[in-house]
Amino acid sequence: MTDVQHQIPDDLLMGYATGALPQAFDLVIATHVSMSDDVRSRLAGFEALGGAVLEDLEEAEIAPDSLEQTLARIGEDTDRTVTAQPKAGVFPGPLRALLGGDTDSVKWRSVGLGARQAVLHADKEGTARLLYIPAGQAMPEHSHGGMELTLVLQGGYSADDGHFVRGDLEVADNDTHHTPIADDDGEDCICLVATDARLKFQKLLPRIAQPFIGI
Amino acid sequence: MAANEVTEAHWVARITAIAKDEDKSAFAEVFRHFAPRVKAFLIKSGADESLAEECMQDVMATLWQKAHMYDAARASVATWIFTIARNRKIDLIRKNARPEPEDLPWGPEEQPDQADVLALQQDSARLTDAIRQLPEKQRRLIERAYFGDLTHSEIAAETGLPLGTIKSRIRLALERLRHSMS
Ligand SMILES: [Zn+2]
Ligand SMILES: [Zn+2]
Repeated sequence: MTDVQHQIPDDLLMGYATGALPQAFDLVIATHVSMSDDVRSRLAGFEALGGAVLEDLEEAEIAPDSLEQTLARIGEDTDRTVTAQPKAGVFPGPLRALLGGDTDSVKWRSVGLGARQAVLHADKEGTARLLYIPAGQAMPEHSHGGMELTLVLQGGYSADDGHFVRGDLEVADNDTHHTPIADDDGEDCICLVATDARLKFQKLLPRIAQPFIGI
Repeated sequence: MAANEVTEAHWVARITAIAKDEDKSAFAEVFRHFAPRVKAFLIKSGADESLAEECMQDVMATLWQKAHMYDAARASVATWIFTIARNRKIDLIRKNARPEPEDLPWGPEEQPDQADVLALQQDSARLTDAIRQLPEKQRRLIERAYFGDLTHSEIAAETGLPLGTIKSRIRLALERLRHSMS
């Protein structure tokens, strides 16, 4: 089995391992990790580094009755049930957990020309949303006010920096200008996108671009 | 190095005793070693004394409750505890739980491969040694990434160093670690 071609770069994966990223980015990366054993093992490496650093830490003084208090907490509830894994669909676990289901549980909003979007999370640090682009259709050319992560969940698309299919993650930043085009192979493209600032579109293709901007 | 490996096998056995027999003396032993480190982690991350104590007890109670889910073939005990503490820290900052990757199909009924467990214990011991042998500057940088909750660009802003230097320094430290592990 070949693994995901376009993988998340080290600095972002380390940011996820340390817990430094906005929640919108965490969602995309957790989903990406779920789709690739290779990325999962790279993440395990960064977490192992965290474990080694923890092991090497100088000990803090704990309360004299710390252990007793903790044991008292444990007495309150012990839940040993192992939660069953939901069956895999188009969406990996972290997305299904958030939506409470697979593709049929997405509340899409039309953004024109057959394209749809659904905002899944938004706070002042970033936004995560699903994009649905019909096969063969282009997204408006745009640059980025901040960082943009795009994870392909279904179908694929081509951009200046490559061809992206299910499991692939594209990182675009201030210097990237691109016009992604969904593959024209009969399968519509679904992506999970996180942005940490509003996208700045250059060429406004009125009917389709406007709703994308107004996120 | 050998001593470290023995230690890691020892901690794995203690976690197993907690999972299988609800062994409180095993838990007390794990607590004495890891609770002060988890608390130090939380303090270095910016929590004050009482929040760090409260949160540390929470992390250690979670360890008891989730002991049956620990997989010795995939993480050292210290690594597993680090992920619990990190997630608890993020939950404190946010209202929502951190999105986590899908669990791999693994359950308490499936025993992990003993060769995998041993290999991971050896790797973990080597990693801990490698961290200790890093030049002070590189070690501090890595620690700050993990405990200071800083992104690389934030580290650059704080130290006044250009981002490129920081990034390549972290990469260098990581490459060095990878070398000493292979
Ligand atoms: Zn294609
Ligand atoms: Zn873009």
